[in-house]
This record gives sequence, structure tokens and C-alpha cells, in this order.
Amino acid sequence: MMFLRRHAGLVPASTDQQAIALEPLDRRSPHGGPRHKAGVTWGILIALMLIASPAFGQQTSLADVQLRDPAKEAQARALMATIRCVECQGQSVGDSDAAIAGSMRALIRERIQAGETPGHVRAWLIERYGDYITYDPPMSAVTWPLWLAPVVLLIAGAAIARSSFRKRRQG
Amino acid sequence: MKRALLWLPLLLFAGLFALVGFGLLRPADRTVRSALTDKPLPDFTLPALLPTKPGVATSGYGGGQPRLLNVFASWCVPCKAEAPQLMKLKAMGVPIDAVATNDTPEAVRDFLKAFGDPYQRIGDDRQSKVQIALGSSGVPETFLIDGRGRIVMQHVGDIRADEVDAIAKAWRDAR
Amino acid sequence: MIAEAGLAALWLAAAMAALQLLLAANVVRLGRPSGSGSPLPFRGGVGVGEVSPSPSPVVSPHPNPSPEPKAALGQREGLSQQFARAIRPVAIAQGALVALAMLCLILVFARSDMSVRLVVENSHSAKPMLYKLAGAWGNHEGSMLLWVTILGLAGAAVAVFERRLDQRTLSATIGAQALIAIGFYAFLLIASNPFARVFPAPADGNGLNPLLQDPGLAFHPPTLYIGYVGISVAFSFAVGALVTREVGPAFARAMRPWVLGAWIFLTLGITAGSYWAYYELGWGGWWFWDPVENASLMPWLAATALLHSVSVLATRDGLRAWTIMLAVVAFSMSMIGTFLVRSGILTSVHAFAVDPERGAFILALLAIYIGGALALFALRVGTVRQGNVFAPLSREGALVVNNLLLSVILGIVLIGTLYPIAAAAFGVQLSVGKPFFDKTTGPVALALMVFMGAGPLLRWRRDTASALLKRMTWPVAGFGAALIMLVPFAWGIGVLPLLGLALAAGLAVASVAPLWGRNLRRTPLFTWGMVVAHLGIAVSLAGMACDSAFTKETLVVAKIGEPHAVGPYWVRLKGLRPVIGPNWSAIAADLSITRGQDGAPFILSPQARYFSDPPTSTTESAIATKLDGQLYTVLGKPDPGGGYQLRLWWKPFVTFIWLGGAMVALGGALSLLGRIRRGRVRVAEEHEA
Repeated sequence: MMFLRRHAGLVPASTDQQAIALEPLDRRSPHGGPRHKAGVTWGILIALMLIASPAFGQQTSLADVQLRDPAKEAQARALMATIRCVECQGQSVGDSDAAIAGSMRALIRERIQAGETPGHVRAWLIERYGDYITYDPPMSAVTWPLWLAPVVLLIAGAAIARSSFRKRRQG
Repeated sequence: MKRALLWLPLLLFAGLFALVGFGLLRPADRTVRSALTDKPLPDFTLPALLPTKPGVATSGYGGGQPRLLNVFASWCVPCKAEAPQLMKLKAMGVPIDAVATNDTPEAVRDFLKAFGDPYQRIGDDRQSKVQIALGSSGVPETFLIDGRGRIVMQHVGDIRADEVDAIAKAWRDAR
Repeated sequence: MIAEAGLAALWLAAAMAALQLLLAANVVRLGRPSGSGSPLPFRGGVGVGEVSPSPSPVVSPHPNPSPEPKAALGQREGLSQQFARAIRPVAIAQGALVALAMLCLILVFARSDMSVRLVVENSHSAKPMLYKLAGAWGNHEGSMLLWVTILGLAGAAVAVFERRLDQRTLSATIGAQALIAIGFYAFLLIASNPFARVFPAPADGNGLNPLLQDPGLAFHPPTLYIGYVGISVAFSFAVGALVTREVGPAFARAMRPWVLGAWIFLTLGITAGSYWAYYELGWGGWWFWDPVENASLMPWLAATALLHSVSVLATRDGLRAWTIMLAVVAFSMSMIGTFLVRSGILTSVHAFAVDPERGAFILALLAIYIGGALALFALRVGTVRQGNVFAPLSREGALVVNNLLLSVILGIVLIGTLYPIAAAAFGVQLSVGKPFFDKTTGPVALALMVFMGAGPLLRWRRDTASALLKRMTWPVAGFGAALIMLVPFAWGIGVLPLLGLALAAGLAVASVAPLWGRNLRRTPLFTWGMVVAHLGIAVSLAGMACDSAFTKETLVVAKIGEPHAVGPYWVRLKGLRPVIGPNWSAIAADLSITRGQDGAPFILSPQARYFSDPPTSTTESAIATKLDGQLYTVLGKPDPGGGYQLRLWWKPFVTFIWLGGAMVALGGALSLLGRIRRGRVRVAEEHEA
């Protein structure tokens, strides 16, 4: 089912094509594409030729380029896997093709390169988007039952096991 | 005791049923809103995107007059739908600034020529840094910043014709 | 006409299900033991050889104080016989009719019949035939129809193949299956009609989501559903056994092959889904703790526990309540999963077109079925006599721990998946994802591995610690050796992957240990099955740990001719070329790759594809599978400064993850074969005796 979403955060198409924002809930963000098969090859070739000319002359963003320091890159990667993409929402920014996910990756890499700790960057993002944006729920009044649950389950399990053995010995 | 324990699974299921039933009744709101409402505008400076208009910076706010900050892009379709409403707000005297996210000067110039130019200042946010710093999750979004430089309201999505008056009123009240 | 025929078949199937339920209810009611206190002998052309002699005879707690007169008894028996004889054909007819309905839907998709609304919304005439067919179940209504088709076919299969159970319990089982089917038929016919027409018929359809246009769609949903819905048979068996109070080894022996069969397909389905996501989504992840993935994992965990529990019940007559409870939980998890995925209350990449009204319908069904089963459990399980005793240090004890740890993992996944909804009740929006699940289920799963290694080495009923330790020397040695070998690499690997690798080594040794000292040719097939399945888990664990610990990633902007290193490979972008496909166009990058500086070069060509209906772009990764891992390449976007983005990964031994999964399924298949052969031998012997 497809419908026009009011709030579009889309990948921009290349400048010679119109991007149409069809954003169904069950699809990832679409990229504008050529409509008619006939003009497709030409469209692609034109796009390729555009690449040859440095049209924008801006520096490459860190969205898809690694940091030079492997330890910092590992930290950045680990953090990216725990931040939710605000557009597609079903994936982390480390796994998403959406433009804003790329911007977040670039932001995370830049800040970690500048020396910030991953925890600090996460806190900065939470300050702006709320707890929804982190897949690692911080310990708080609302989340302590969640973090306590595994312990409770293990204790309950041990109790059941013990009672089942004890019953056996009596029975 | 053992007797009572046998009913525990049913009880747990009843709890689960109530939980998901509740989840069903509340329609899930998928929009991610900024957490900065009622907080001061974060510090940022954006260079001018076009030579004809100044850039946007935090220093331009908090001078006593509330302003609207509109996050938009030329490739965003609902932004085109929103443009007439922004022109109407401009006609009512509401000052509007723009953060052009992930965009180029040429594309924005064409957009403004085609759909009207309601902006007093336009900032070049090519890397979407300021968009993220504001807690915005997509385009278009509009923030109302009051005279003291605090974010008072966030409007997610394009502004509809019937929402113009409410926004204008909020702007007047934000003094 | 085909659509109408399908709809008619669906209605008839629903009617058959209702009839099936009525017949079964009457057989159960009429066949209730009365007066004498011993079960009535149900002989006669029903195909069941004999009354199942439960080693622990179940006595009805309410014996009829005034025995019926002989004439009435005979009349009841005769009526009951007629009904019982009718149940099997009715169940088979139901299965055939619903399969016919599914076939009609597939046919309608194959012909791109644009007068059917489902085809318009999910298909396009230009699609390749494989995706037209697979598209039949690539949407909510179609996949729901597949769901009830498997439910109906499973019921029919029980009616055709089940010979070991006594007539009354079998009727109760088939009746329970029919009861479930009726609810979901009602859901389909009332709220999700797959055959609805649209008028006027549009010229062409909206097309299928390009992410779904992949062979994975042809394989993953049907396999998964056969497992997911096939476990309903276990649920029906459990309900049938509770109704007739026949919980014993015979019941377990009858149920075991069905559990195994469904479990094999569920394992395969989940493994296939994981691999599909891995190569399709373009970032090299193979499990995301996405709510829909969790919805398929939870029944698998319960079914794994069930399959071990049912073996204990079958061979040692222990763990009765556990087995019944797990059977109910396994299918309950399936139904809850079906609800979660289609209701829209959870955010997921997978979610179908959702509708809270439909969600409410399924929720009501859930309340009836799961609530009913759990109430029945609470009421009846107490009267089922306790099974045999065993000491804590014994194979039964290890299996109890196994059940518990699997249930704990299931509980953690369930709570974690549903917690965001609970938090939303308090107005808090939060996300629970990979970091939480890895931290909480990881250690529990590793503990489970230890018991998995030790369990098969323990004796039944009672064992001593010293004997166990002696048998565990080699596995522990394997663990220690792996740990020592990994120490040089330990810097930079997390604790969990390190432990995981070492435990995988120990587990691998422990899983083949039961074969030592045996004549391999006379080892029963199901023992081989256990060995292969446990070894498969060890292999899969090793793959997961290697992926976490040793993956090398290179993200670059590549200009033509530049060499880039990833792991032991050198990658050069040779050039780009356009490619035209059946309903897409793409840019393909030709990458020349060598191992080391002097290896023989080979080409990989990842693509960036553009679809027109609906307008979408996807990336097609290009993967080279070597003996020691996979080289995973993805083409990204053109860079404004010139060149193209490339994402390159070297993933050592990542294929072990899915190879392990396949081995687990193979082990299950060997076990199933072994049990069926053993069962046939036993039935033949009993017939001859």
C-alpha cells in the first residue's frame, strides 16, 4: 500500500531528475528513478558524465568514509549500530541508506575524531531526539524493570528447577 | 501453593493481552519529535546559501522578536505544498528564516523562483548538521523561537492552509 | 472466475472445519469412559491398530456412579464410531479445499489478473514469473491465506498419517486443529479477503516492493510458515491430551515426529531469512533483533525446548507438565507473532500493510485460543499423574536446565520486544534493540552451550560428578586449547565473541563425544541426528563469533584504477557500465580483486538498481564466497568530488552461521527419519505379536 507521507525526508535525486516522494510505511526510503525504460540508458550515461565533471567541489562527507584511526573508527561503528534511523525507523543509522542516516554517521565520526567519547555523542543525540533514538535503553525510572527482567527470570527459573527436583525426590 | 502456580501462565497472558490491547488502542505515533521544545536554541552558525540573503545563526535570535525557523529542501515535495502557506505568513508580518538542508544554491534559487520566497535569511546546511542539532527528523519542519531565544513549538510536516492562523497566533503570543 | 472459485473453496474449507470440530467434539463426548472405568475398546475400520496402552493408566476422577445400560452403551459406541470414521475424510477434505484456494490465488497472480485488488496492489505484469508467483504471499492477505493453508494441510496430514494415537485423543487433536482453523478462516473471510475484486480494473498494478523481488521470497515465507504454523499440531496434540487426560509416553511418541517436522522447517526458514537479509540489505548484518525476527525466534526457542522435553516424556515418562506447557507456549508464540507483525503496534522493517482493526480481530482470537489453552492447562494438568523421578545430576536434570534457559531467553526476547509498548503507556517513547538483546541473551545462551555439551554425556536417571568430569575431559580440553590459541588475537575482540569461539570448540568436541566407543554403523539414526544438530549449533556459534570478532571493513570513495585493501584482498575499480534487467535498470561497477598482491584476479560486479514501478532504488551486493570467508562488496553513491563510494567487507567464516543452521535442520531430519523407521518397526512387531 502506498501513500504520500506528509513529512518527507528523502534522498535527493540527481539534478536532472524529479524525485517523487512516495513513502509507504512498509518500504524504505525510495530514490527517484527514471520513469520510462526507453530513456533509461541515456539517463544513466548522462548521470555518469555528470560525475566526471566536478559539479559541486565540496569535500567528501564522513558518512561513508572511515576514520583513519582504527580504534576511533571501531568506536564510531559501535555507536552507529545503536542509534535508530529517524526516517526509516526500523534500522540503525549504521544499516540505513537514508540521507539523514548518512548525515548522522558523518556527525558521529566527526565528533569522535574530534575526541568526544561515544557516550557523550549518544547523550548529545538523546538530548535532541529523546530516548527513542537509542537502541540501548539508558537505565532510568522507566527502564529498570526491563534491565531487571533477565535476572528475575533466571531466579524464577532456578526456583522452578529446584522445586521440580525436590518434588521428584519426595514423589 | 502449587495449585495457584498453575494459574500463573494464564495470569501472565492476561497481562500481556492487556498490554498489547492497550498498544492497539493508541495509534502509534511514528513521528520523531525534537526533544528541544522549551529549551534554548542550540548554538550554530550557517553561512549564507545565496548571495542575496544573509545566513542563519543563533545570534540572530533572542533579540526580543519571535521568529519562525523553517527546515526545508528543494527536492522535498511537501515543501512545495507548504510554500503558499509560508507566503501567507510572510504577508501577515511573520519573519521566517530557512535552513536549507542537503541542498545546492542553484536548486534552491529555482525553487524560490517557482514557489515564492518567504524567507528573510537562508542558511546553507549541506551536511544536515544543524537539522540534527535541532532534533529535526525530516523535511519540512517549522520551529517557533520566542523573543528570548527558546524553542517554543515544533511543527512537523508541511503547514496546511487551516493551520496558518494558529501558527500566526502562536507567533504573536510568543512575544 | 478463478478468484471466485478460490473464495468458494475457502468458504467450503471453513465449513469443513466446522464440521470437523462438531464431529470431534461428539467423539470426545460420547467416548468418555463410563461405569467400568476402563477405556472402551475402539476397534473397527478406523485404521488405528489398538488402544494405546499407557504405562501409567489414567483414571477419570469422576467415574460414573451408575453405569449405563448395555443397550445405550452400544448405541453410544456405534454413534461414536460413525463420527470417528468421518473425521479423517473431513479433515482431508478441508486441507484439499484450502490448498485449492491458495492455488487459485497463485494462479490469479500468475495471470496478472488486474481485476483482483490484491494483484493490483502487489504485482505488475512486467515482473518475472517467479516474483509474480511468490508475490502471492508477499503481502498481508496472501500470506494469511498461506498461513491457514498450512494449518489445514497440517490437520489433514495428522488425519492421514497418525496411527499411533488412540481414537478419542486423535479426534480431540483434530478437533482442536479445526477450532483454531475456524477462527482464522473467519478472520480471512471477514477482515482480509484475498479475492476481493476491484472495479473498474486498472491497466496495471503497483508492482512489488523491489526489496522483495528476490529468490528469497520464493523460499523463506513458505518454509518459515510450514514451521511456524506446523507447530500448531503440537498445540492441538497438547490440547487433545489435556481434554482426554492421555498424557504419557505413547502420546509423546506420537507427537514427537510432528514437532520435529515443524521445527526443521522453522530452523530452515529462520536461517534462510537471515541469509536473505544479509545479502539483500547491503550492510552485512545477519540479525537485527527486529520485532518480526523476534516473532519468529520465540516459537523456535519454545519448539526447541519442546522437542527435548517430548523426548524425555517418550523415553522416561518425565516432564509431563513441561511438555504440555511448552507445546501450548510454542504455538502461542506463533500466534502472538502473527498478531504483532500485522497489527502495526511495533516499528519494523518487515511490517506488512497494517490495520489496527485487523489487529484487534487477531487479538480476540488469541484471547480465545491461548487463554482457553492456558485455562485448560490449569484445570487439567493437576490430575495428570506425575512422571518418573530423577536426580538433579542426570540427563533429565540437564534437560530441565535446558528447558529453563531456553525459556529465559524466550522471556527476555518477549519482554524486550514488547517493552516499548509498555513504556508508551506511560508516555515515554523508547527503543529496545540490539545492544539490549546482545547484552542480556548473550551470556544466557553461552551458559546454555555448556549444558548442551554436558547433557548428552550424562546418564539417564542418576549420574555422578566424577563420571561426568571424566567424560568431559576432551570437550574441556577443546575449550581450553581454543582459548589459548585465541589469546594472541584477544586484544580488540569483545569478551562475548572470545568466549563464544572457545565454547564453540568445546561444544564441537562434546557433540561428537557420544559417538566414541560405539559401532558407528549400528548407532541409531536419531543419535546421529543429535550429534549433527549439536555440532551445527557449535558451527553456527563459531560463525557468529568470527563475524563479531574478525570482520574487516573498508569504506572508500574509489576512483578508477585505485587499489583499496580489505582483509587479505586488494580491490580495484575497473569501470562502470549500465545494465538493463527485466523491470529495472542499473549501474554496475566492475571490481578487479586479487588475494594479496599476486593472486589470480577475479571480478565482482555490485550494482545500484533503479525500479520504475514503484520508483525505488536498491543496491545489489556482490559476494565472493571463499573457503575461509566471504568478500562482500556494495556500490554506493557517486561522490561529488569524483569517484564512487564503495563498501567492502571481509568476513572470515561468516558462512558458518548458515551452514550451522542447515546442519541443525539436517540433524533434525536424521532424527525424524530415525524415529519414523523405528516407529514402523515397532508397529510391525506389535502387529506380528
